[in-house]
Amino acid sequence: MEFRFTDEQNMIRDSAAAFLQDVSTPAAVRKAMVTEAGYDPELWRRICQELCFQAITVPEAYGGMGLGQVELAAVLEQMGRVLLCSPFFATVGLGVNALLLAGSEAQKQQYLPAIVAGELTATLAWTGPQAARRGGQWGCEALGAEWQKTAEGYQLSGELRYVIDGHTAGLLIVAARQAASQGREGIALFCVPAGSQGLNRQWQPGMDQTRHQARIVLNQVCLPESARLAPEADGAAVLETLLDLAKLAMAAEQAGAARQVLDMSVSYMQARVQFGRPVAGYQALKHKAADMLLKCEVSRSAVYYAACVAQEAIDPDGDKTLAGELREAAAMAKAYCSDTFFFNAGTAIQLHGGVGFTWEYDVHLYFKRAKASELYLGSGAAQRELIASLLLG
Amino acid sequence: MKLTFSAEDEAFRAEIAGWLRKNLVGEFAALRFRGGPGDEHMFPAERKRWEQKLAEGGWTGIGWPRADGGRGCSIEQQVIFHEEYARAGAPGRVGHIGEGLAGPTLIAFGSEAQKLKYLPGILAGTELWCQGYSEPGAGSDLANVKTRARPDPVGGGWLINGQKVWTSLAHEADWCFVLARTEPDSQGHKGLGFFLVSMHQPGVVVRPIEQLTGTSEFNEVFFDDAVAADIVGEPGDGWKVAMALLGFERGVSTLGQQMQFQNELDEIIRIAKSNGAAVDPVIRQRIAEAHTGLRLMRYNAMRMLSGSDSGHDQASSLVYKLHWASWHRNLGVLAMDVLGPEAEIIESAPYNLTRLQSLFLFTRSDTIYGGTNQIQRNIIAERGLGMPKEPKGKLS
Repeated sequence: MEFRFTDEQNMIRDSAAAFLQDVSTPAAVRKAMVTEAGYDPELWRRICQELCFQAITVPEAYGGMGLGQVELAAVLEQMGRVLLCSPFFATVGLGVNALLLAGSEAQKQQYLPAIVAGELTATLAWTGPQAARRGGQWGCEALGAEWQKTAEGYQLSGELRYVIDGHTAGLLIVAARQAASQGREGIALFCVPAGSQGLNRQWQPGMDQTRHQARIVLNQVCLPESARLAPEADGAAVLETLLDLAKLAMAAEQAGAARQVLDMSVSYMQARVQFGRPVAGYQALKHKAADMLLKCEVSRSAVYYAACVAQEAIDPDGDKTLAGELREAAAMAKAYCSDTFFFNAGTAIQLHGGVGFTWEYDVHLYFKRAKASELYLGSGAAQRELIASLLLG
Repeated sequence: MKLTFSAEDEAFRAEIAGWLRKNLVGEFAALRFRGGPGDEHMFPAERKRWEQKLAEGGWTGIGWPRADGGRGCSIEQQVIFHEEYARAGAPGRVGHIGEGLAGPTLIAFGSEAQKLKYLPGILAGTELWCQGYSEPGAGSDLANVKTRARPDPVGGGWLINGQKVWTSLAHEADWCFVLARTEPDSQGHKGLGFFLVSMHQPGVVVRPIEQLTGTSEFNEVFFDDAVAADIVGEPGDGWKVAMALLGFERGVSTLGQQMQFQNELDEIIRIAKSNGAAVDPVIRQRIAEAHTGLRLMRYNAMRMLSGSDSGHDQASSLVYKLHWASWHRNLGVLAMDVLGPEAEIIESAPYNLTRLQSLFLFTRSDTIYGGTNQIQRNIIAERGLGMPKEPKGKLS
């Protein structure tokens, strides 16, 4: 048991923190978030070339760094801190994970080196409009596209929503169900390149401007046989594991962001003088900050635990008992970190007083990101119901 | 970062689990899942014998250095010991104040003679200890202790006069470590001494405090020219010694405490499944939340024990008390809500509560003792976030 970062992991974390604080300043975030792409391609190029974060979990055989989910979580935590506008979460937290988990050797050869080179971004598209109608369900029941077999391969049709960076990604990994299938049956994942015939993509502007999402329409998109991921595997199980990994990645970002709004609030309270002393000295405000720190610390524990479990789950030689905890660990991390980030961001507005309500101060960017990331993949309550179903049936 | 234990550690786990299976039988079988906070008054004599049984097995002082008679176990092995101990339902330790607090303090600050005099009794489970810190006027404001120590004109040592309160297990203890003022006019952290006082002498009176559970495990202790057998450190060093001791409280035993919490939560889940509460969406949310809180408490403790951050005030340990105390209090409420109206019916007259009723009532003390939630929040804000200290007032 060594439940702390190794020296190497600390180094990755520290270099990420230093670089990101330098480049993802509030001014840079505000500039990028109003563009259609939602990120600065030049900054993304620097991340890919100078730090190689996009290569972090890619095996060395494909030119990557061959590191694991713990390192990924460490980097995502720092990205969350600065609300980095970039296709990192979508490309690595969704796309690379999908390829690692279910990609064929040929698919890995085709896409992973391009991602490592910084030439290709990716994302995962699965939810249809019914995800919203059912109160925010994100699993197999929410698929928005259908596939059918053709003489040459497959044909996909349907409408997908809430696809992070879906309008800019070079590779869409689409989860769809076989026409007329139900429940966990007939689910398959496909690699859909950006230029595919019949693929329409639109930026869907959101309340959270710091992360862009798209609406995607698939109109009889034809794909070759080779586009399908893991045809032999249980598609529903693959999708669920992918979503577990995505929950962990999102939770890592949330944990970092939750800590950043706390630090911003403390710093503001130290500078703000009322009744002749800094408001940071008032117990009512100190107690709010203490509650925020508690939630931050427990969030980090949740993320690192889930990351260790995810690593065992991805590693073919991993500890099977721990790997078996992935569903629950990811749900716990997403539940706790979602609630923490929203609590901290909301409390931060209160602690900033009137200026916390202004466009000029950055707190609202965190507040909006908090709600958006909470709703994505299912809220704390949705995760808790999942946990309850594991415990209580 | 790793969550798995080595093969050697797993062998240690098998050893302690096997020993417990073999020895937690006969007269000790009735002690399973008994004792501990809220149940400390139960089976005192049997639990004292159990301490001695543990000692025979070599399971006392496992984290102490070998040179001091301990077993020198690694943090991992101590974690495993506490987990398996609680998993087996072995009884709450009446010796924990000696083993966890008095012993480590003596190992850190005591003279060789003091170690030889006191450590063997603690290890053998034959001498029990209690902690004389809090006073009626010194709870959260511990530096306000008024108990006095004056030189003994006859024996040459020190005589203790004053009153302590909330003293757990004082009625069972053989020894008490007492924080007392060695300089009559001193204030605050200065002029204090850390004394070892026998409970078996005419100048010591223990009076039980009846709690809202109708039972007593805390006491008031009155010292009237009680003779202190020893002072640890120099007169005036008492605060330093006392604070180091509070540091020992944040130890590996937290993992064992969590296993006890797990036993309680398992019982609540069992009831929810059997009485139908498990289908109530609100109860489901609360059970999932309790389960999550407990699991994350474990990983927070493991980060704390792994020393994840630099410095002794690392944030994961600063928040620990506030987290578990609030969680446990909420668990007590959840237990009642899962039981519904049945929660109100006690086992028998005059006032014999069920375990879950005791849990519900007793957990109201969790957010008070060892530093209230409010004091904990001050500490977290000040040490963890560098916010200004509370102004110190003085009533004239």
